[in-house]
Amino acid sequence: MAAYRPPVLPPSEITPQEIWLDRRRLLAGAVAAGLVAPAIASGKALAAPLEAAKGGYDPGEPLTPQKDVTSYNNFYEFGSGKSDPARNSGDFKPEPWALEVGGLVAKPKSFDLDALRGLGLEERVYRMRCVEAWSMVIPWIGLPISALLDQVEPLASAKYVAFETVVRPEEMSGQRGAFQPLDWPYVEGLRLDEARHPLAILAMGLYGETLPNQNGAPVRLVVPWKYGFKGAKSLVKITLTEKEPPSTWNLLAPHEYGFYANVNPEVDHPRWSQASERRIGAGGFFGSDRRPTLPFNGYAEEVASLYAGMDLRAKY
Amino acid sequence: MSAPSSRPASSGISARRPRRLPVWPLYVVGLLPALWGFYLGATNQLGADPVKSFEHLLGLWSVRFLILTLAVTPLRETTGINLIRWRRALGLLCFWFALFHFAAYLLLDLQALQLRNLGPVLADIAKRPFLLLGFAAFLMLIPLAVTSGSWAIRRLGSAWGKLHKLIYPAAFCAAIHLLLAAKTLRLEEALYLLALILLLLWRLIPRARRRRLFARA
Repeated sequence: MAAYRPPVLPPSEITPQEIWLDRRRLLAGAVAAGLVAPAIASGKALAAPLEAAKGGYDPGEPLTPQKDVTSYNNFYEFGSGKSDPARNSGDFKPEPWALEVGGLVAKPKSFDLDALRGLGLEERVYRMRCVEAWSMVIPWIGLPISALLDQVEPLASAKYVAFETVVRPEEMSGQRGAFQPLDWPYVEGLRLDEARHPLAILAMGLYGETLPNQNGAPVRLVVPWKYGFKGAKSLVKITLTEKEPPSTWNLLAPHEYGFYANVNPEVDHPRWSQASERRIGAGGFFGSDRRPTLPFNGYAEEVASLYAGMDLRAKY
Repeated sequence: MSAPSSRPASSGISARRPRRLPVWPLYVVGLLPALWGFYLGATNQLGADPVKSFEHLLGLWSVRFLILTLAVTPLRETTGINLIRWRRALGLLCFWFALFHFAAYLLLDLQALQLRNLGPVLADIAKRPFLLLGFAAFLMLIPLAVTSGSWAIRRLGSAWGKLHKLIYPAAFCAAIHLLLAAKTLRLEEALYLLALILLLLWRLIPRARRRRLFARA
């Protein structure tokens, strides 16, 4: 009986050791590329780089990590859980976009995203204080609302600015189904002088990129001295009005959420204290970073004069 | 904590009896969500607001076990399925999760161990009805947990049953606490609330009428 001779393998057939040792990672990569990537791509691809000069606003506090800013959101159009917006907003298409500006203005106009960007973007680092007593520090990219208002020339009769968020049940899972906590569209409002304040911006990006869907792509309101719910997201309409416009949370629970919603440690929410806040991303599981809340979220020097003589307890 | 176990294997009687499921695995499985949540928190996997997520997880599990505890009697009366052997474990799990929930609020969220935080904490609790209601529910669960042992049932006699009716006001306070804790009610929490309301309303029907309603042939 002939002795068994193992087949001779040419060197070209031998898998290099490093690839052999790396096979799990390669496999995982293949799976990710084939199955996971398309799911993420729809939402992720839109976060493109966005250039903007520094706007000179920076509280000098550590930034909340980008991962937290983009994964811990209140955006009920995509669900009421904090992680729902990041998970469910992949189907949302923020381009092309039209923002209609009208009402009591001399030149009503529709803006596309290029037109908005052309009004002069800047980077502004703002504190963000949620009415739920948590806070972040976010590097927004945006334009002062006053720059937009100058384009449409508000009439003398205009006293307020109303903001309206998009309604797209087919792309926004929170707007579908039987159990919806809010009425759509989400609406918000500011007094005209508040909207004209240099701190009030329309944000189009954060962390050097266009806004991710879960943060209100492609354009949203940011008013840093007010509670976060004033910052209506994915804006489609801005209307100048004579009367105080409705605002979503105020309609839902008027004794809990006022039209003004200025950050105020002295005026508690009926169900919880507003005296302090937890800074997201700072501190961790074994000790949250709890810090005192500042009047007007630390912007009192800039904005307190807007409310001179007003009873902030009555106008919460 | 386990109920009296079956007789030794040598006994001739036990061989013919159906084997009873032991109770202790329920404690082990029941406590897993707390361990898992703590592990996720300690390894930074509970998201951007880990303390809040952990508190919420513990509170929700306490409510789930409360619902299961209160469901034992209606289940027996309507279907004849008797889970009474597990009721003590379910009630104690409700208590343990309430204790963890309260401890997480106190130690992780408010960091009450640092004395300078204590004043504001107490002032805050006193001002918030929803916190007071949660605290009241927890306080009422304490005597129930303490007297859950067989020795207490023997010693207290008929007073034991009266004392353990405290579960009803505790459940009522917990339900309002749950309702007021969130900015808006989510579907899952709304269902828990509904379950608690129905289970409490069930107790308002006189026992005799309940018997007649679901009398089994």
